[in-house]
Amino acid sequence: MTCCNVDVGKILKEYSEEKGNLMEILHKIQNSSKENYICDDCMKKISDYTKLPLNKLYGVTSFYTMFSNKKRGKYVIRMCESCPCHVLGAEAVINSFVDELGIKVGETTKDGKFTLEHCACLGLCAVAPAVMINEDVHGNLKPEMVKDIIAKYE
Amino acid sequence: MKFYRSHIILGMDTPSLLAGAKGVRDTLEKQLKEKNIVNEIRIVETGSLGYNGVSMIIYPEGIIYTGIKPEDIKELVEEHLIKGRPVKRLMAIESSQKDICAGKQEKLLDGQVRIVLKNAGSIDPENIIEYIAKDGYMALGKVLNENTPKEVIDIVKNSELKGRGGAAFPTGKKWEFTYNTESSQKYVICNADEGEPGTFKDRLIMEGDPHAVIEAMAICAYAIGANKGYIYVRGEYKLSIDRIKKAIKDAEEHNFLGENIFDSDFSFNIEVCLGGGAYVCGEETALIESIEGKRGEPRLKPPYPPVCGLFGKPTIVNNVETLANIPQIILNGSDWFKKLGVKGSAGTKVFTILGDINEKGLIEVPMGISLKEVFENIAKGTRSGKKVKFAHIGGSSGNIVPFNNFDIKLDLNTLASSDLTHGSGVILFVSEDIHINDYLKSVAKFFKHESCGKCTPCREGTFRIYQFMEKLNKKEGKKSDISKMKDLCKVMKNASFCGLGQAAVNPFLDAMTHFEKEMMEGVKEGKK
Amino acid sequence: MKNINITIDGKEYQVPENYTILEACKQAGIEIPVLCYHPDLRPEGSCRLCVVEIEGMRTFQPSCAYPVNEGMKVKTNTKEVRDARKMALELILSRHPQDCLVCERNNSCELQKLAAEFNMTDIYFSNELPAFKTEDESGVIVREHQKCINCGRCVRACQEVQSVNALEFFNRGYEKLVLPTGNKKLHETTCTYCGQCITVCPTGALHERDETDMVWNWIEDPNIHVVVQTAPAIRVSIGEEMGMEPGYLSTEKLVGSLRKLGFDKVFDTDFAADLTIIEEGHELLHRLKNNGTLPMITSCSPGWIKFMETFYSDLIPNVSSCKSPQQMFGALAKTYYVEKAQIDASKVKVVSIMPCTAKKYECNRPEMKDSGYQDVDVVLTTRELAKMIKIAGINFAEIKGEKYDAPLGISTGAAAIFGASGGVMEAALRTVYEVVTNTELENIDLKMVRGMEGVKEATVAVGNLDVKVAITNGLSNARKILDKIRAGEADYHFIEIMCCPGGCIGGGGQPRPTSPDKRKARMDAIYCEDCNMELRKSHKNPAIDTLYKEFLKEPLGEKSHHLLHTKYTKRDSNV
Repeated sequence: MTCCNVDVGKILKEYSEEKGNLMEILHKIQNSSKENYICDDCMKKISDYTKLPLNKLYGVTSFYTMFSNKKRGKYVIRMCESCPCHVLGAEAVINSFVDELGIKVGETTKDGKFTLEHCACLGLCAVAPAVMINEDVHGNLKPEMVKDIIAKYE
Repeated sequence: MKFYRSHIILGMDTPSLLAGAKGVRDTLEKQLKEKNIVNEIRIVETGSLGYNGVSMIIYPEGIIYTGIKPEDIKELVEEHLIKGRPVKRLMAIESSQKDICAGKQEKLLDGQVRIVLKNAGSIDPENIIEYIAKDGYMALGKVLNENTPKEVIDIVKNSELKGRGGAAFPTGKKWEFTYNTESSQKYVICNADEGEPGTFKDRLIMEGDPHAVIEAMAICAYAIGANKGYIYVRGEYKLSIDRIKKAIKDAEEHNFLGENIFDSDFSFNIEVCLGGGAYVCGEETALIESIEGKRGEPRLKPPYPPVCGLFGKPTIVNNVETLANIPQIILNGSDWFKKLGVKGSAGTKVFTILGDINEKGLIEVPMGISLKEVFENIAKGTRSGKKVKFAHIGGSSGNIVPFNNFDIKLDLNTLASSDLTHGSGVILFVSEDIHINDYLKSVAKFFKHESCGKCTPCREGTFRIYQFMEKLNKKEGKKSDISKMKDLCKVMKNASFCGLGQAAVNPFLDAMTHFEKEMMEGVKEGKK
Repeated sequence: MKNINITIDGKEYQVPENYTILEACKQAGIEIPVLCYHPDLRPEGSCRLCVVEIEGMRTFQPSCAYPVNEGMKVKTNTKEVRDARKMALELILSRHPQDCLVCERNNSCELQKLAAEFNMTDIYFSNELPAFKTEDESGVIVREHQKCINCGRCVRACQEVQSVNALEFFNRGYEKLVLPTGNKKLHETTCTYCGQCITVCPTGALHERDETDMVWNWIEDPNIHVVVQTAPAIRVSIGEEMGMEPGYLSTEKLVGSLRKLGFDKVFDTDFAADLTIIEEGHELLHRLKNNGTLPMITSCSPGWIKFMETFYSDLIPNVSSCKSPQQMFGALAKTYYVEKAQIDASKVKVVSIMPCTAKKYECNRPEMKDSGYQDVDVVLTTRELAKMIKIAGINFAEIKGEKYDAPLGISTGAAAIFGASGGVMEAALRTVYEVVTNTELENIDLKMVRGMEGVKEATVAVGNLDVKVAITNGLSNARKILDKIRAGEADYHFIEIMCCPGGCIGGGGQPRPTSPDKRKARMDAIYCEDCNMELRKSHKNPAIDTLYKEFLKEPLGEKSHHLLHTKYTKRDSNV
């Protein structure tokens, strides 16, 4: 069993066993993981605590794009490809990330630093095209800006 | 209370921060200190002001500056704040002193009236005192002291307010259903899962005026007899989540939430629930499933949520924008609200205007404004100088309106094209250099990615539409692909499980009507 | 129930107010195509094959889920409705393999049938198949996922009927698919192998592992002595699988067919069922007398046993230590029978014909080797046996009836009713009553424990003691009683738990498609068989008498303990 070394017990204790907070628990545990994912061991502990059968828990995590049960990079780059970004050149920006990192969308760089993901509208249309890197926002992007942005992340 | 001779309202929303708002603020603070006027002038950080770049409004003059850079600050401070001479070159538009409605709203950009965005951009959203100073929580106090729940519902019903997030269902009527349903437990849910591409009005309301949402939820809860509320916010909206959480905490401390609010028998608590990146959760039953910790797939209706919703209890799901109208309706009355807008579409509507235009951003206008007026007077034409080809209104699942039809009026009847998305209020202007097939491929990709997969027409249909568009875009299509796609779209519209699949086909059907010839350019020569 | 008025295709009808549109149409003689709908399951309304137009509604509604209401006007046969249904089917077929001729479900596939009914002569869309390898590591249930059409019937059966939670939807949109928990293999999950997912699957995506080839090889091998046993529920379902009406009772045709197939001995699990009653009855009496753990729970159903080991292992002391009849039979076939017939046990193969897929798992449990060999070598389902009969060219309708071989083919009516929910209880009570009171039971038909309800309760006076019993079928119903026991709120003495709806007649190895009506017909046939029997109480079975005299000596004795009783293993529920 690979474990992401998140202190699940401590996080779970912050939440009442009342229904209605699973989504927040999943976010919190995933955000505490250095590899931006929820490992199988954590899934079991969440299942135990919330009394939600494990099969359904996997059903939930696989449904929502923000969650992952596979290791991801330290930084997850979410690239918006919705129309408002698309008409202002998102495709070229996305290609620039792909070229710069040498990985395809959905993959993680060998050093475990970056994962590239497509995502739906981020609500940053006023600064389209835009990407989110973990919780940081980058907008008004042009392909030539990508190199500098990547360099900012250690 | 300390007196300041000037207030500087500085937009600190996400796009402003990107444009360097932090640097502007730091320089401004430094300058005020240098000039020794720190005690005279107060900086208020707020949400979006509705302009591009770093923007600020200086009161009491109400002058708006946009596109400010740190190097402009010295001049601004010396000229405006010390000498009292506005810096013309940085001014957005001369703000009008003319009040247009109820003596309260200010006219900002041309044709705008602010109800929903009344406070967004003029108060510090993290300071509950400022909200209170702007009549905040007065509406809640008023209903708790003066009105029975039934009266509150009547006020909302008479206002003719309709849902701003989806089906344009009369809000008061919805509340009445839940009011009439006997249950020891009821819920109020604020739908802040704003996922329609191009829309960010709910984000701005939450970032700029979170207490308005909380107050409205409390009023709704009082009216229908609920004691628990949820705000379902997109997981990606970090700043909204933080601001809403802070606002809930502050409201609890001031007893606007919690037990015995305003010393009444009414108790109400709110929890924040985070989305996980699923557009379909904007559909109210899918959202309810998600709060319950399930896959966000829509439920069979009937029963409808007002009768049987969250955890099987009567539940009201209202959009952020719908709720933000409520306190103003309570304070100003139903008639005041009805007078705004056109018949059948009371009040104002918040639109996001985007694309190849000069003035991008958020506007709140009375219902019934024409698309042409928006394009010419507010968006101020294309930025590229190219001819505008079409506007895509209402988000990705909305309608594509070719330039020739720009005379249409934007009211609920025009916009009501689908369950899920109408009224999300995006207007995306696309110029003629974008090929229709390229554009539609991007739309198709979105729906292929966001279909929940529950029903056959939407799960398989969105996938096939994307396949068709990919082929057409590579000029490898067949003529029959387009007619098959038309058949498929009709079936999806008729037979999909929820609004997502029913509405996803709108842009394709429109494009096949208005741009068929251009779509045919994707057909490989000789291919039937 | 109040009736309401509804107009369907221009004609008015009166239907009960709790009907769905689908039910109303059925009453009106209108057939509506369905795919994700199954009479045993909560309607989902997702396949959209059953959509209809309702006056005043903007979009079509699924008739399987939409309730009727007063004055409703429904259209089931407009062009738009037909177009919508056909498009939905075309979309499904375009993501489904088109090699029907070599599919397990050829000729019994619901999708294939619909394609024919819709006159689907052309599919416009390219055939897009997910890249999946057929998976059968569990040794019981085979998943041919590429044939899955996302109807979700298996998911609802697994989660809602059985509350096993081994299957769930994964991903979303066109990537949505059904997978075992966490994308593991079925045998690494909480799966009980009950096979209810198989019985509701409309296509060939889920089926049992076909083991008929192995059986054919043994039959062909002159050095192997092949013994076959048939479960109580087979005689009321094999006819159905061979094309007769549901509930066709075909005990003797079954025996005749098996003999014709070439089995060396045709025995009956019913023999072992009678034996189970003796052992289990004495175990119950022992617990009652000696302050043992109560309530005692039956152990015949291997799906239930795996479920119990997984989710209720704290109740292991409550579960009877008796092996299931199939395993008792196996252990005796390779000890008692070979001794009597003077055959080398290593040359004997025991084949079971079972209504059950979990029996395939049970016979391979490592502890089931008390004869010194694997007690039961292979289990075939009702459906697999039918395949063998068909290949052998046996005309089942015409074949002459024959009798089971002695001694392991001799049985009573008490054993026959093991196949229906409540049957084990009734059989046990018939014996316990007479053993305890030493008087004859006057009314032998204990109707209060019969029937299809998920949870049944009764109190039966046995001498001075009012014996409180409960009977459940379907595992989510079992939970209701088990949770009561856990909470200390149950004062039952004896509980019968059957894994599948209606008991073994609704087992995972039974003819498809299943429905409450079909199960009812099978159940009626079972009680008919009981009535037809000369002997109807297990303790009156002369062959059992002889078995104890010659071999076992006494119930719960040392030999019984060794061959007929077993132990259970706690399993992880969070997998």
